[in-house]
Amino acid sequence: MKQTGLMKGAALGALLAAGAAIAPVAAQDSVYFANNAYRTGPFSGSGIPIGDGMRDYIAMINERDGGVNGVKVIYEECETGYDTKKSIECYEQAKSKNTIVYSPWSTGATLAAIPRAHIDKIPILSMAYGLSASAEGSTFPWVFIPPFTYWDGASVMVKHMANELGGMDKLKGKKLGLIHLDAPFGKEPIPVLENLAKKYGFELKLYPVAAADMQNQGSLWLSIRRDRPDYLYNQGWGAMNPTAVKEAIKNGFPINKLVGVWWAGGDDDARAGGAEAKGYKSLNFNAAGTNFPVIQDIIKHVVDKGKSLAPKEKVGENLYNRGVYNSMLVVEAIRNAQKLTGKKVVNAEDMRRGLEGLNITEARLKEIGMEGFGTPSTISCSDHSGHSKMYVAEWDGTKWTKGSDWIEPLKDEVRPLIEAAAKDYAEKNAGWPKRTESCEKSS
Amino acid sequence: MFYREAGQYKSTYAADMAVFPLRQDRIGIAVILAIAFIGIPMIGNDFFIATVMIPFLVFSLAAIGLNILTGYTGLISLGTAAFMGVGAYACYKLTTFFPGVNIIVLILISGLFSAAIGVLFGLPSLRIKGFYLAVATLAAQFFLQWAFVRVPWLFNYNASGAIEVPLRSLFGIPITGASASAETRYFVCLGLVVVLTWFASNLVHGRLGRSWMAVRDMDIAAELMGIKLLNAKLLAFAVSSFYAGVAGAMMIFLWYGGGEAADVFNIRLSFNILFMVIIGGLGSLIGSFFGAAFIASLPTILKFGLPALGVPLSGAAAEHVTFMLVGALIIIFLIVEPHGLARLWQITKQKLRTWPFPY
Amino acid sequence: MSEVATRPAPNLLSNGWIKTGLILIGVVLAAIVGAQLDSSGTLHKVLIDPFQQMVSAPDLLVQTVWEGLVSGVLYALIALGFVLIFKASGVFNFAQGIMVVFAALTLVGLHEKGVPAFLAVILTLGVMFLLALTIERVVLRPLVNQPDIILFMATFGITYFLIGFGEAVFGGNPKQMITSELYLPKGAIDAKILGGFVSFQKIDIAAAIIASIMIAALAVFFQYTRIGRALRAVADSHKAALSVGISLNQIWVIVWFTAGIVALITGIMWGARSDVSFALEIVALKALPVLILGGFTSIPGAIVGGLIIGIGEKLGEFYWGPLIGGGIESWLAYFIALGFLLFRPQGLFGDKIIERI
Repeated sequence: MKQTGLMKGAALGALLAAGAAIAPVAAQDSVYFANNAYRTGPFSGSGIPIGDGMRDYIAMINERDGGVNGVKVIYEECETGYDTKKSIECYEQAKSKNTIVYSPWSTGATLAAIPRAHIDKIPILSMAYGLSASAEGSTFPWVFIPPFTYWDGASVMVKHMANELGGMDKLKGKKLGLIHLDAPFGKEPIPVLENLAKKYGFELKLYPVAAADMQNQGSLWLSIRRDRPDYLYNQGWGAMNPTAVKEAIKNGFPINKLVGVWWAGGDDDARAGGAEAKGYKSLNFNAAGTNFPVIQDIIKHVVDKGKSLAPKEKVGENLYNRGVYNSMLVVEAIRNAQKLTGKKVVNAEDMRRGLEGLNITEARLKEIGMEGFGTPSTISCSDHSGHSKMYVAEWDGTKWTKGSDWIEPLKDEVRPLIEAAAKDYAEKNAGWPKRTESCEKSS
Repeated sequence: MFYREAGQYKSTYAADMAVFPLRQDRIGIAVILAIAFIGIPMIGNDFFIATVMIPFLVFSLAAIGLNILTGYTGLISLGTAAFMGVGAYACYKLTTFFPGVNIIVLILISGLFSAAIGVLFGLPSLRIKGFYLAVATLAAQFFLQWAFVRVPWLFNYNASGAIEVPLRSLFGIPITGASASAETRYFVCLGLVVVLTWFASNLVHGRLGRSWMAVRDMDIAAELMGIKLLNAKLLAFAVSSFYAGVAGAMMIFLWYGGGEAADVFNIRLSFNILFMVIIGGLGSLIGSFFGAAFIASLPTILKFGLPALGVPLSGAAAEHVTFMLVGALIIIFLIVEPHGLARLWQITKQKLRTWPFPY
Repeated sequence: MSEVATRPAPNLLSNGWIKTGLILIGVVLAAIVGAQLDSSGTLHKVLIDPFQQMVSAPDLLVQTVWEGLVSGVLYALIALGFVLIFKASGVFNFAQGIMVVFAALTLVGLHEKGVPAFLAVILTLGVMFLLALTIERVVLRPLVNQPDIILFMATFGITYFLIGFGEAVFGGNPKQMITSELYLPKGAIDAKILGGFVSFQKIDIAAAIIASIMIAALAVFFQYTRIGRALRAVADSHKAALSVGISLNQIWVIVWFTAGIVALITGIMWGARSDVSFALEIVALKALPVLILGGFTSIPGAIVGGLIIGIGEKLGEFYWGPLIGGGIESWLAYFIALGFLLFRPQGLFGDKIIERI
């Protein structure tokens, strides 16, 4: 009995502590930024480099500049394991700690957070993931999806296909296969691809992969062999990607016709295929490598001081750099919010204004040591994504290289769909709040 | 001394057959209800209510459902999460078709759909037993989860396959949708759980419950005594799935608030609910609550509580430690008390009965 | 004589096999008649078209069956681990899946730390032995004589613990299996047959061979060694085995260690096909339908069950999956198993369940 008494005591203590843990962070010269991370679970292969990149950029800003205009950014990770339930807990924690922006890092978590954030007035920054429709700023004033959406990505995939074939008119009669994770994330590009297929006369074939069968894609690739698609677009994540690359090689699918979404562009994903993976492509909006002033600063101020979680050879990998890009967006938005409000310590509502007025130009990228590092992106009141340009990266056997010029998405095709989808969303979520926030000018 | 039932005489059959024949039990229940209805909303903040209490209530209800099947009737099921999913999707379709009907009514009705599906997948139980049946219920788990993803009608042809929870209110107070406050959702959950627990308690103490227990203890003997196995087993599946379905609808509408629903009702959830039942105590309603608190709330409390206690753990390491700790605690509890937390509760009552002069 | 004559005819139907046969004949007849009457083409798509495809592209059929065979072998390997433990200790070991991941992770993790490949294999075996010893000491011994479901539950505890422990030690990111260091073959044999090509991965062939060797070795071990005999005695009856002086504790360690070896081999094979990550744990669930199909207590059952499930689900997914949206692989195996189970509740090769009142 004594033991159980002790256990109960411990449990009670932990319970009370859990309540106390949630006291808002209110240090004088700092802002709190909650980031969801998944360093555990089946998706951790992709989650770890991203988390490292995000963490290190913020650490570098704090270390080198003493914060954003003297305001330290308190960065805290909340482990989700890519599990929606845990991400909801993380959202609640971020909310009670007064985060300035919520970074969900999974489409499922974004979908769950969108309705809450509009009530709680916390901006969501879902960088190139999440609900494509949320690019419509007048319906979703609190969600930001720079630099572009999955729908833009799908349109670039079609454009890339046309470029290689020699023109949009050559698409007629071709077959595009979409391998996708059977979850909201994977299903995102389907409406756009269906639309474009109708318009340009190519055929769309869907190859869904259940989360449980991520590493068991044998029969799916047999179907691909039967259908003989001309191109494959892989909307995959986690352990699904290396398996897809391996299976493509195994089944004799020409690897240079397999194009992954930007999340299928991890170094580990391509490396799984060995030497034969040379030529594997993935859409991308940031550059890989350490040859940028910003990465050098990270190495100097964070990695070499032993303050990074990433081993040095992983710094500069594609997904690591993407994490850096995401943190850059956060830092720039803080800077912008400070400028717009005149306050030093900004809160979530100021941050929303900062994000809405975000304008990352080539010149600005150069100023912060990111020339050629990532795509420029401009957010406006109605357009919360920017529909920025991207490029097709190519795996050369050891690293990612730039395989094409920057490609603009088919904005004219995507935008009407986004507007329709946003309207539909507001209708289905009866009682969706009307936008009351005033518009922010780009600056 | 604190828990002495001696001297409480009953003069009618009705009084003797009451669910709580003892005064102490009645007082205890009243205290628990008072804490749940008044105490927790008063002292708990939003975070505590939304991430600890609401999940605890939802899982308690699901665990009661599975306990009826596994604990009282002796049929193991690993498809609970799928039956919860049926409830959630049924509720979503119902509120799409009948937006005017109160959502609480719809949550209860969606349990009926789940019950129907449960009976269908319960049919093999007439022929298959033990672990073989457990694996057979996995067919339900995987098939239904596949259907949640692949039947677009279920999620109203939403492009991302997600469920949207619309705003629904009762007496002008929003109870579902994003604008519903954590307290409101908590009260709705609590109300449903209290009513359904009371109902389950009556059920398992009545004729039906006795026939279930007879089937559990030895089905052939029960059959010889005149219990119709077909009826008893299928009713157990129906009632169990009803509870699971209501819990599932509550989970999406009152806790998650929409989003990616298909993946929520995965095999892990089924296992977790089975843990709750076994750790809590097979064949015990109060055990279902203990089990839910242990399995569902403990990881959350550890995750957010340990850093607050000053244990320096990064997100990932905390997750690893939580996994190891939960695993170790499961084993320790099984060794210390294989009959579950409910048995510990009984032992406590016994101690209270004889205190301060134990014999 | 007259008794025989008056015996009611329906007795024939009580034989499961005859009943199955009759139902199958009925289904086929109904299918043929239905296909004749069918105008909309749905039945044609379900009943005729897939077979036409099989005939018109035999190379794909061969490839599908081969794929099924290989995954069947791997499912069977996981199932084998379950069966070994279930036979000897009556524990339904849910942790087998995570043991596969854990063994493979240990191997790759040790190699990453600079241990030569074969030394790493030996060290991993050592780790698996320690694991078996710990499980026996900490989990099984205190729980002796508890109901099955409690022991089942305890293996969940082991699973949770190993997930946390494995990730804490080796990290959760996926790792490459050290195939070439272990002299496992790479690449494929492309056979140009039947008007197309069929590709046989060398690693798959190796997996099939290694699995067969291992099963044969296990059979010899069980049949001809002292420990093997003791294991069989324990499987028959714990009490009788104890009474002739067999130490149950010792046997359990051996059995769990054997399951650990099987897990390591399975982990190497699965890891070579995709990569080593915790996602493998989910694949391991596929062993469950294999088990119910083959019976919990039969090693041949695990193998035959694995092959039936592997080939069945691949054929089903490839030829019939597209008709209802694909992805049916996730549940088809369970329905195949359920179908068999309705006729033989104890699995194909399981011990007949005899109930006494």
